[in-house]
Amino acid sequence: MTTTSPATQTGVHQLPARPGWPDATGHFGIFGGRFVPEALIAALDELTEAYEAMRVDPAFLTEFDRLQRDYTGRPSPVTEVPRFAEHAGGARILLKREDLNHTGSHKINNVLGQALLTKRIGKSRVIAETGAGQHGVATATAAALMGLSCTVYMGEEDTRRQALNVARMRLLGAEVIPVTTGSRTLKDAINEAFRDWVTNVETTNYVFGTVAGPHPFPAMVRDFQRVIGDEAREQVLEREGRLPDAVLACVGGGSNAIGIFTAFVPDDGVRLVGLEAGGDGVDTGRHAATITGGTPGVLHGARSYLLQDDNGQTTESHSISAGLDYPGVGPEHSYLHDIGRAEYRAVTDAEAMEAFALLCRTEGIIPAIESAHALAGAMALGRELGPDTLLLVNLSGRGDKDVETASQWFGLGDREEVDPGPGLDTDQQPTEGAVSNDEAVAGQDAGETA
Amino acid sequence: MSALAGRIAAAKAEGRAALIAYLPVGHPSVEESITAMVAAVEGGADVVEIGVPYSDPGMDGPVIQQAVDVAVRAGVGMTDVLRAVAAVAGAGAVPVVMSYWNPIERYGVERFAADLAAAGGAGAITPDLIPDEAAGWLTASREHDLDRVFLVAPSSTDARLRSTTAACRGFVYAASTMGVTGTRATVSEAAEKLVSRTRAAAPELAVCVGLGVSDGSQAAEVAAFADGVIVGSAYVRELLEGRGADGVRALSRDLAQGVRT
Ligand SMILES: Cc1ncc(COP(=O)(O)O)c(C=O)c1O
Repeated sequence: MTTTSPATQTGVHQLPARPGWPDATGHFGIFGGRFVPEALIAALDELTEAYEAMRVDPAFLTEFDRLQRDYTGRPSPVTEVPRFAEHAGGARILLKREDLNHTGSHKINNVLGQALLTKRIGKSRVIAETGAGQHGVATATAAALMGLSCTVYMGEEDTRRQALNVARMRLLGAEVIPVTTGSRTLKDAINEAFRDWVTNVETTNYVFGTVAGPHPFPAMVRDFQRVIGDEAREQVLEREGRLPDAVLACVGGGSNAIGIFTAFVPDDGVRLVGLEAGGDGVDTGRHAATITGGTPGVLHGARSYLLQDDNGQTTESHSISAGLDYPGVGPEHSYLHDIGRAEYRAVTDAEAMEAFALLCRTEGIIPAIESAHALAGAMALGRELGPDTLLLVNLSGRGDKDVETASQWFGLGDREEVDPGPGLDTDQQPTEGAVSNDEAVAGQDAGETA
Repeated sequence: MSALAGRIAAAKAEGRAALIAYLPVGHPSVEESITAMVAAVEGGADVVEIGVPYSDPGMDGPVIQQAVDVAVRAGVGMTDVLRAVAAVAGAGAVPVVMSYWNPIERYGVERFAADLAAAGGAGAITPDLIPDEAAGWLTASREHDLDRVFLVAPSSTDARLRSTTAACRGFVYAASTMGVTGTRATVSEAAEKLVSRTRAAAPELAVCVGLGVSDGSQAAEVAAFADGVIVGSAYVRELLEGRGADGVRALSRDLAQGVRT
């Protein structure tokens, strides 16, 4: 266990102590580690060493704090959403507003840290993989800010469904390379990024977008993202005088979830709930619910749960949400699952889109479809736990990038009179019937992007 | 006794380097891939690296990716691989399995070792498994008297060259360039330097060089400083471009000539 207590510096923020994992070689119990070609070990060692020095360096901490405050706009607020919560069994719901960060999601938190690290190790080029495009946009942004050249790998399928983000990355000066191998989504973009890295490692740093991959990425990205939960825990305590009953977040690779969970891990009374992408339903086989529907194995440099067949081939994942459409998951989530500290549930496309529409119409907030999975999880958990339960939900991103997908799902644009979601009539009492609105379910075919 | 070390030593006794041919099982079909492996042996390959298809071959370039993708989609698995192992052994070469780690872990490490030994396989090359993570494989391979081939790279520190070679049995795979598999116009200068650094770390262990060798003259260049020459993408290209087993046999002859000059 690495606990850090740097000499007390006035005015310098200190990174809080880490949980008791991973171990020195990046293992979370049986999960994590490094399953990569030997050629990358030197670069991973270099990163680990430089990062361990940087994370306790007051100059870095000052600079990181300044960027988070002045550039990202941290701390992000906590917003109570009572009209939305009427559909959650009377529970009270607080949103942690990562959607209000510069670039529109939590991804910027991690990228600023890794870009500073890139400069520290003297490399001039960054590469990144991206699914929804949010990590790519964040990386392109940090590269522009810090004068680094930037290449982003993105599955061809994702470049189509997240075209707005492709344009944003290009405006920011990044090169976007559509990946046409395999399933043409995030998993294949990661393969291509690793191939680029092993070839260009002398000049290039790989800015990994989530808490997966080989050590040190899962621990490092967690450290950069934990600001979400550190802030939220204080904010909730301050306004409520107590901790939430449960903390919920969507899980793709798992970075926004680890980011909000970490501060609460020692709080035994707080349930940690990760919402995975259930696609058409876990029992249909067309989903991206890695922990709910997968088995332990090795993918992208670490041991963790993954979706695989009997031959150990990674199987294709399916989700309406590009950012969750990934057949793997970060090793710390596998560990939290196995030790019983966090629970993981699947949310279908239809359930997520229903929550998406509901938040738009009841609160005036268009969430990312990824984050809508967490909202749907909160609706279900609220109904289970009953009135006065306090739920904290990570709203990991905003939905501008998803407007096209949502319009297709709800059949907007090709019809005049459309009721795109449930509970939209303010006079109408929210009922179970209202939330399983036919319109949302009927839109499913139109929402198919594959 | 290591079957791989034995075969490489026999080549050395003839005053030449060993020729190691890579082909993945299941491209274009399981049968045709096995026929091609036998043809590679007929043309002069001493060892065949039998590739286990994998959906996420992070160390491979476009040529091998394309071939392996066909095999993955066809559902080729370890049973087919073990058949290829037996066929290569029957053809008189030493069969060694080349596999990313997950297919082996999924099959079961102990079961894999037992079945591989029973099929007449010498051992396995594991491109994304470093000895630090290999406890299960170290145990199983020892129990079944199998060879273990790990990789070293130009970026490996001297300390890692020592620890990695110490975990190897049979030979050590020197990845000659920083990059993925694929044919290249010239053999990297880094290769010779890596071989001499590796020899210094492990004087007793054979060092075979892979990544980028595609013809007889490149093979001759590498044979001048390495114990074995590993050729992959060039073989696969014969099949991708439709020249079949005959093309594979002819390439083997050219390369076998190369390792003898
Ligand atoms: C808004 C948003 N939330 C969540 C995710 C999923 O990533 P993670 O699970 O690492 O938070 C993404 C990924 O693109 C995203 O854009």
